Amino acid sequence: MLYVDKFRPKALEQFKLHGNVADNLRKLVVNGDCPHTLFYGPPGAGKKTLILALLREIYGPGVEKLKVECKPWKIELPSSKVELEFTTVSSAYHVEMNPSDVGNRDRYVVQEIIKEMAKSRPIGADGQRGFKVLVLNEVDRLSKEAQHSLRRTMEKYSAACRLVLCGNNVSKVIEPVRSRCLCIRVAAPTQQQVVEQLQAVAAHERLTLPPGLATRLAEASERNLRRALLSLEACKVQHYPFEEQQQVAAPDWEMYIKEIATDVLAEQTPKRLYQARGKLYELLTNCIPAEVVLRRLAVELMRRTDDQLRHTTAEHAAFYEHRLQEGQKAIFHLEAFLAHFMSSYKQYLISCGQ
Amino acid sequence: MQHQPWVEKYRPRTIEDVAHQEEVVHTLQSALASGNLPHLLFYGPPGTGKTTSALAIVRQLFGPELSKSRVLELNASDERGIGVVRNKIKGFAANAVGSGVPGYPCPPYKVIILDEADSMTGDAQNALRRTMETYSKVTRFVFICNYVSRIIEPLASRCAKFRFKPLQGDVINARILHICGAEGVTMGPGSMQVLSAVSGGDMRKAITTLQSAVRLRGSPVEQATILDVSGSVPAAVVQGLLAAARSPHFSRIQQAVTDLIADGYPAQEILLQLQEALLADTSTSDAAKGRILVRLSEADKNLVDGSDEFLQLLGAASFAQRTLAAPAHG
Ligand SMILES: Nc1ncnc2c1ncn2[C@@H]1O[C@H](COP(=O)(O)OP(=O)(O)OP(=O)(O)O)[C@@H](O)[C@H]1O
Ligand SMILES: [Mg+2]
Repeated sequence: MLYVDKFRPKALEQFKLHGNVADNLRKLVVNGDCPHTLFYGPPGAGKKTLILALLREIYGPGVEKLKVECKPWKIELPSSKVELEFTTVSSAYHVEMNPSDVGNRDRYVVQEIIKEMAKSRPIGADGQRGFKVLVLNEVDRLSKEAQHSLRRTMEKYSAACRLVLCGNNVSKVIEPVRSRCLCIRVAAPTQQQVVEQLQAVAAHERLTLPPGLATRLAEASERNLRRALLSLEACKVQHYPFEEQQQVAAPDWEMYIKEIATDVLAEQTPKRLYQARGKLYELLTNCIPAEVVLRRLAVELMRRTDDQLRHTTAEHAAFYEHRLQEGQKAIFHLEAFLAHFMSSYKQYLISCGQ
Repeated sequence: MQHQPWVEKYRPRTIEDVAHQEEVVHTLQSALASGNLPHLLFYGPPGTGKTTSALAIVRQLFGPELSKSRVLELNASDERGIGVVRNKIKGFAANAVGSGVPGYPCPPYKVIILDEADSMTGDAQNALRRTMETYSKVTRFVFICNYVSRIIEPLASRCAKFRFKPLQGDVINARILHICGAEGVTMGPGSMQVLSAVSGGDMRKAITTLQSAVRLRGSPVEQATILDVSGSVPAAVVQGLLAAARSPHFSRIQQAVTDLIADGYPAQEILLQLQEALLADTSTSDAAKGRILVRLSEADKNLVDGSDEFLQLLGAASFAQRTLAAPAHG
């Protein structure tokens, strides 16, 4: 079992990190009731862990008996038939799913499947809890239509069903949906907290983790605990006993982006741009989200330039990333960003007399 | 109904209980008295009483039994493509009107409520035009949406339009006091002001926040508890970003923005509070304020379009830093 799973606290009272959030959640459900909730915060902050523990607090360990199903759904619409396939994870008390996985037909999942589930009485055999819970992951990736489709369902069937929504970017969740939820912010652990968690895991596993390595692991994780734990495990496979100076490997795609940055800083020509495009395509075909590519690239370029160019880069990154969300083909906007950067950089070099 | 949340438990059942929307309430009350109802278009921000008013008026016109045959409610959780408009809605509109029941006005028409119409496509709305015209004697339409611009002009122009205003502090206070009384809860000193401030005119948010605060720490409800559950960004955090923007170093704003995002603060909320902080600031020239505010609004729009929170905040902060650094003129 991976460390990330092995050391996931199960019950709310076990939480050291996010102890106050967990405490609040316990009190929130003390009478066996709870409002619709929306958990938000950066990746790897621990939203999912809190949600699982919340379910356990409400229903007891029975929620951990999970059934994973991937089945086809046939939806009859007045004018057409829609066939979808997606995965649900469920217990006797709750159903968890990722409706944005089905892409632009996600609203059918909300209108037909989720509404049906919300309507029907609790699934629990004993029926002692008056309501069931539907956990929807990545709500920020749901289309606006699908989000609108949640609104009345959240009101009409609120006696029989609670929604637990989870996502990174709350700005992408429409206001009427936010208005229907108790919004719960889950902050990423601070670097210091990541170090503490790493040390705690190491102690449990009877590993000696040199403080210098722990700090570098935490730094490289950028406050993402999941990533820090995975890197710790990777380091252990690579070399144990650990060494203070041991290398912490960054993911391939990040190295790749660093290369692109090096390329465009080295030479600002159409030829270079063409080469960079090849690399951008490579990243996209490996399913790295375009906005992640742009963000990384901008951060990397800003790291290696001075304040004047940093401002320009920040401005262009914001502009082209917005374009990218509005447009169809990400590659245009990524490339435009690079081209624009090259031109600003070149001008800058000329003005410096180089 | 042990598990009914307070928002539903205290949803007004009659028109007269809908707070703060006098204009609508007045119109609907005279409709109740005369039986004449125009086509209606309700629009306004979340939690201001749109759905509540529509449901209340039909209940008062027809009573619960007759409503089943006289009222068709379709919301965004129902498929509302062209197919539905052509078949279901048209079919319902064309139905003959049956007789009334005692105890209710039961005017001789049916009502079709299209709630959450923001998400209806232009095509589907266009397909409605004919139906609306043809059956206007026996059918009234109620369109409900957050943004009036989402309803196509040919439909909107046939309706009496009502804007639902964000609820004012004292109106929220009165309703909250009513609920507190019914639930046996009291508000600690200053809590009421804080509650209406964090709700931003959204009654639903006020009620949910209240119920959560009560669950968390019981009665009397303290200010701190409300701030805690409401998820508002602490003032110090926003001031920190503003201070970074006043410094000459880009790295300061980059660090500040990176931290804000890792702490999970919603970028839109930060922009909003940044705007307030900037407006209250006396050391910045009006011209500079104006330029920065324009840039903040752009960032907000981009966020609504689904842009990345880090890049949008950084872009806005970078602009603010450059503007604040520029020598003041005018
Ligand atoms: N004007 C009001 N007077 C009293 N209570 C209100 C009012 N507006 C909203 N509420 C409370 O908020 C809840 C939600 O209101 P309602 O469903 O009417 O909102 P809405 O305007 O339809 O919002 P949305 O745009 O999110 O659908 C109600 O159940 C009620 O408890
Ligand atoms: Mg509504």
